[in-house]
Amino acid sequence: MFDSLQLYLAQWLPSAVASVLVILVQAAIVIVPLLLAVAYLTYAERKVIGYMQVRLGPNRVGPGGWLQPIADAVKLLMKEVIIPSQSNVYLFLIAPVLAIAPAIAVWAVVPFDDGMVVADINAGLLYILAISSIGIYGVVVAGWASNSKYAFLGALRSSAQKVSYEIAMGFALVTVIMTAGSMNLTDIVLGQQGGMLSWYWIPLLPMFVVYFIAGVAETNRAPFDVAEGESEIVAGFHVDYSGMTFAVFFLAEYAMMILISFLTAIMFLGGWLSPFEGIPGLETVFSFIPGLAWLSLKVAFLLFVFLWFRATFPRYRYDQIMRLGWKIFIPLTILWVFVVGVMAYLKVAPWFVHGGIA
Amino acid sequence: MGIEKVLFYVFALTAIIASLGVIGSRNPVRAALSLVLAFIATAGVWLLLQAEFLGIVLILVYVGAVMVLFLFVIMMLDINLTPLKEGFARYLPIGIMVALIVLAEMSLILNPNFFGLEIYTVPTALGAHDSNTKMLGQLLFTEYLYAFVLAAVLLLLSIVAAIVLTLRRRQQSEALYQNVGDQVRVQASDRLTMVKMPAVVRVKEVVQGADDE
Repeated sequence: MFDSLQLYLAQWLPSAVASVLVILVQAAIVIVPLLLAVAYLTYAERKVIGYMQVRLGPNRVGPGGWLQPIADAVKLLMKEVIIPSQSNVYLFLIAPVLAIAPAIAVWAVVPFDDGMVVADINAGLLYILAISSIGIYGVVVAGWASNSKYAFLGALRSSAQKVSYEIAMGFALVTVIMTAGSMNLTDIVLGQQGGMLSWYWIPLLPMFVVYFIAGVAETNRAPFDVAEGESEIVAGFHVDYSGMTFAVFFLAEYAMMILISFLTAIMFLGGWLSPFEGIPGLETVFSFIPGLAWLSLKVAFLLFVFLWFRATFPRYRYDQIMRLGWKIFIPLTILWVFVVGVMAYLKVAPWFVHGGIA
Repeated sequence: MGIEKVLFYVFALTAIIASLGVIGSRNPVRAALSLVLAFIATAGVWLLLQAEFLGIVLILVYVGAVMVLFLFVIMMLDINLTPLKEGFARYLPIGIMVALIVLAEMSLILNPNFFGLEIYTVPTALGAHDSNTKMLGQLLFTEYLYAFVLAAVLLLLSIVAAIVLTLRRRQQSEALYQNVGDQVRVQASDRLTMVKMPAVVRVKEVVQGADDE
């Protein structure tokens, strides 16, 4: 579809301009639903946590409170942006951009269905790891440029935490790459064909758990949200941000949450594949459901787990977070790299399916 | 002009401007952030050269981890710029001399006589499905295995050395250490005693008890 659009545009425009236009259209098609999903994720969060705490949650704006995220967005847009007088203005304003840009750029390689991906590159997983690691700068620069002790402490906590958990995350991804024999996300999903029992969550069960928990820590969500621990350092790195500059940080955090859920679904839960593949009766019954719907369902469940964590777990102590990351997750993931390696060498079934490492 | 050429000039210009920012910026944090930008622009140039593994790993390792730790340190230091600039005029001639020598040495080697197109032919473009990562991996684990393993051992050694240098246990009397294993193994019954007592004490029984006495 986009190839024909590009050919059509190239009749009048220089080829470079035509390809930039097509890329912009593709970006808009991914970003607009993403921002809507972020808006309604905040609504879902308040509702889910509300019901878990026997409250109603937002229920005033629109029927059942459905317009609440829109009202919040309008409120944040209209609020004054206060710039602290002692801050480094240039860096203070560029920090939210540094946070949101990687959180959106990562989506370029995420496949939503077979072939439904903006850039089908062969180093997809590496690209995601690299780009999402740039997101730290938003937090660090915000904390420093605010020229406030609370913001700075929050930034230091957050960056140390993210750098630590990225290592465990990277090793967990290595096992996925070894099992799938590819770094392309579409190939990783296609390697899991054959029903929910051949998805990678079974052969890589510890990595599935480690990856998701590390993802919660990477996004600074409860119970790992010491970067903004309100009882200790007010609101962490974004204490001094107001109005739209704060909203951009908020947007980045929720976009990363959705991304982690997508990646977990793609790498461990079969992506857009139906869970009933290969089961005689059920496969035909459920064959009318499109792949995108299955993927959305899996992502919605994982996002619910994010909210569930926040409603039920008390916040970790900082030294315990570091201990969990360095002394438990990293050794466990290194061990599992060896397990997968040995299993693939001996050609044992669930770790060595079609192709794998050879 | 194809989009690749446009992208090359964008990335190359960004890299040059950012590099000037690294040495020209007064604020050390800004200088470090300029270095980050230079890394990202260089990674872009490498991607255009079809070395996607190197480009992405440059971002992942240098931008995502090394520079974050650099910034970490720079931000925590209270750098006073005036004493650092004191000797600037005095050392300027030496600096210029060193820079000129380096420039001369580099131009002796990095010139068209050694790197011209007649010596190195234009590299053949890779196909859309050739994986730079796979090619690098195959070379690293076959032809250059010894060098690779040696580098790995060296890194491991430095990790162990860093840990040994910082690890020191003080006397029990000087510092209190927590035993995390003990903390995790604690049961509710170790810390808490449940006392059963009636929720409601009937006034009548109390009065009767008092009568009995």
